[in-house]
Amino acid sequence: MKLSTEQLRQLALLARLRLTAEEELALATELDAILGYMDKLNELDTDHVEPFKHAITGLNPLRKDRVTNRSDTESLLANAPDRDATFFKVPKIIE
Amino acid sequence: MSLVQLTLHEAAEKLRKAEFTAVELAEAVYERIAETEPRVGAYLTLAHDKALEDAARADEMLKQNRRGPLLGIPLAIKDNFLTKDLRTTCASKILSDFIPPFDATVISKIRSAGAVIIGKTNLDEFAMGSSAENSAFFPTHNPWNLERIPGGSSGGSAAAVAADECTAALGTDTGGSIRQPAACCGVVGLKPTYGRVSRYGIVAFASSMDQVGPITKDVRDSALLLEVIAGHDPADSTSVNSTVPAYSDMLAGDINRVRIGVPKEYFVSGVAVEVGDAVRKAIGELEKQGAMIEDISLPYTEYAVAVYYVVATAEASSNLARYDGMRYGYRANARDLLNTYTLSRAEGFGAEVKRRIMLGTYVLSAGYYDAYYLKAQKVRSLIKQDFEAAFRRCDVIATPTAPTTAFRLGEKIKDPLQMYLSDVCTISINLAGLPALSLPCGFDRDGLPIGMQLIGKHFDEATILRVAHSYEQSTPWHRLKPKLQD
Repeated sequence: MKLSTEQLRQLALLARLRLTAEEELALATELDAILGYMDKLNELDTDHVEPFKHAITGLNPLRKDRVTNRSDTESLLANAPDRDATFFKVPKIIE
Repeated sequence: MSLVQLTLHEAAEKLRKAEFTAVELAEAVYERIAETEPRVGAYLTLAHDKALEDAARADEMLKQNRRGPLLGIPLAIKDNFLTKDLRTTCASKILSDFIPPFDATVISKIRSAGAVIIGKTNLDEFAMGSSAENSAFFPTHNPWNLERIPGGSSGGSAAAVAADECTAALGTDTGGSIRQPAACCGVVGLKPTYGRVSRYGIVAFASSMDQVGPITKDVRDSALLLEVIAGHDPADSTSVNSTVPAYSDMLAGDINRVRIGVPKEYFVSGVAVEVGDAVRKAIGELEKQGAMIEDISLPYTEYAVAVYYVVATAEASSNLARYDGMRYGYRANARDLLNTYTLSRAEGFGAEVKRRIMLGTYVLSAGYYDAYYLKAQKVRSLIKQDFEAAFRRCDVIATPTAPTTAFRLGEKIKDPLQMYLSDVCTISINLAGLPALSLPCGFDRDGLPIGMQLIGKHFDEATILRVAHSYEQSTPWHRLKPKLQD
């Protein structure tokens, strides 16, 4: 196995996912198979190959740093799970 | 012929000649949906009232002889395009109640061109999948055989076009998500060059590969829709500032002396015999029409799936970090901030999305970045160079779109790696940022459509459209209709 249960749990925490015991079990096998397949890339010697940067070379557009969208607090807050006046309301962060 | 069967260009002409109204056309589409949708399941949301208002407005404009390339045309939109005031779910529980505050650039463009948005179509959650089975709501069925998958991720859009539940549709394609469902459903699907169409307002999956494109009943419709949606957008810094050709005016030319490369790596053992045969026969037809056929090689093809599932999952794990239950989307009830994050995401995302977030987090994590992500980006360079070398010898590359015809619902859902391998013919094209089109080129013995993929040089959509159009003129496939029986 490429991933121990401990590693899998640490990874889930980094990704902010809570996994059930069944999910952990299934993922351990599935990720092992997929990562094993990815090992195929090690057949290739890429020491002198530049990593890919962009599909279209030479593209590096710049624009003026200017606000173009109008502020629309109400429509941005319309989808908030919880709000208080013009604020997003979130669970307590500091104990 | 009923109104719903018309292609976009046929319907547009008849609307201009006032043979029927846009309201009549939209009503005919909704009647068709009422009849076939219980079996197909292509739509997640219908926009009935707004669509009829828009159709009535199109009729007013038509009466005043105003022109718009899509005036009164009923379109279906994949549910990962933001549509102002119209629910956009990405087929995910985490966005099941999300009402976008703005339109994607492409949606603004089709609205200004006069299109009538019929509804939002089903997809694999966050466009992750090849069968539309990863939808959090329900699977879509292939109109040619209701026990088969429609392909994915734009399965709802392709099925809606094939079942005449719209005149044409828009999809997105990150690893084959327009072309593979188009092949499975016997319709035309085009993934434009990376940068050709704005991605602003498209729910991001893998930003270095995502691209918007048309799914249509024929090649002319594909050209017409591309003309409307293509072009530079200051809101998408990866969209390219170059002139958009009048693609539909460039279809007519002959294909004499067009050099078509046939890569041997795309006709190997994993490709079904009937698929390989149909595509070879189609290439023979192109040769009869004057094209020059050349055997070529793309030696790094066999590494494409591995590269893709490193790069795409890495980008996805980063893009999907925004779904934290704070500003929009589903929020679970938990005792503190960390548990609100982890539980909201655990309950909001489906199995495939979690799998990809985990993979992406792994390949980007300290100690593994070089071995996976950096390695994959190096091999991606080799794949891009493969195509650059090939395109010095040919103008178009022809391959199967998918290794098999549509498989059975449930057949691959328990085996993620097998599911990933169904994208083996389409993935390299996204890695290299090239344009490619899938069009029908026959049927297998079970009556399921087969697709041929035509790949072009960067920004040379015009040539693949012209070759596809030339093929379509001499073949009947695109005019055949599914019977929609169990």
